[in-house]
Amino acid sequence: MRLQYPPNVRIIEVPCTGKVDIVHLLMAFEHGADGVITVGCLEGDCHYVVGNLHAKKRVQRVKEILDRVGLGGERIGMYNLSSGMGGRFAEIVVEMTEKIMELGPSPIRLAQGTAARAAGEVAA
Amino acid sequence: MIKAIPKPMEEIIDYVKDFNKLLIAGCDGCVTVCEAGGLKEAKILASALRLYFTQGGRQAQVDDTSLTRQCEKEYLLQLSDRIDQYDAVVSIACGVGIQHMAEIYDKKIVFPGVDTCFMGVNEERGVYSERCQACGRCILAETGGVCPIARCSKRMLNGPCGGSDKGKCEISKDVPCGWELIYERLKTLGQLDRFETPTVPKDWTTSRDGGPRKIVREDLRI
Repeated sequence: MRLQYPPNVRIIEVPCTGKVDIVHLLMAFEHGADGVITVGCLEGDCHYVVGNLHAKKRVQRVKEILDRVGLGGERIGMYNLSSGMGGRFAEIVVEMTEKIMELGPSPIRLAQGTAARAAGEVAA
Repeated sequence: MIKAIPKPMEEIIDYVKDFNKLLIAGCDGCVTVCEAGGLKEAKILASALRLYFTQGGRQAQVDDTSLTRQCEKEYLLQLSDRIDQYDAVVSIACGVGIQHMAEIYDKKIVFPGVDTCFMGVNEERGVYSERCQACGRCILAETGGVCPIARCSKRMLNGPCGGSDKGKCEISKDVPCGWELIYERLKTLGQLDRFETPTVPKDWTTSRDGGPRKIVREDLRI
């Protein structure tokens, strides 16, 4: 398909978004990620039945934590796509990157003084 | 088991905002089962606090650990060689563990990270309900294994009261009437004749009415 999306995204593959824990998501921010999106299968299509539904709740919990610690819950998001939706994946990455550009770099990264990296990380 | 819920993040931040070296201490006992104060919750809280301090431009050290049981001295003493390096501890054990931590390390500031709620069962993951109020004199033999002290809103010993409606308590349509449960259970057991003998007034001195309680078992002491 040769779809284009921003190169400043690191994809971390997991067997199922149900494997993604709150601790993993928080760790990404601790390591300086400006934003994180969790991309799971379409709801109702999880091979493990409820993996993506667990992930949805965990992302929501992290959103609340980020709001409360002052980082902002809008830096994290959850999306549901099938493996045939590559085009939409590229769109989402572009949208998220633009959103993060507007928000600016993560205060964590600024405080840590790490090199400027425009956008975020993607767990797929 | 003892059931607890995590305290709001704002409250914990308010406790610890002026400290630079913190230890988040979980407990592998009851609070792990209700997912409020185990190792995972300690890691989440520590991570959240590190994010809080770092985004505010603070260099704070927030470490996490979990002890087998904070209600036992032997396990708490496992922290003795490193607790001095911390300004304060946030214990996410139940109220028992938090107090025991403060007793054993009497010069250390210890903050609670959970609200301890009751002794209850796991109805399902994330749903816990009260079953025992530790009154100190169990009457479950007379009530078909359903406790009127814990499950009747009025703690009535001879119920139900007039507020019971279609098996639900008057405090909420979601709360079953404890005495309805007792009736149904005794009916199943064929022991409805128990209702013919009123329960005598309960001796509450074994409950909190007798002040803080203590058990001394000479047969177990060394």
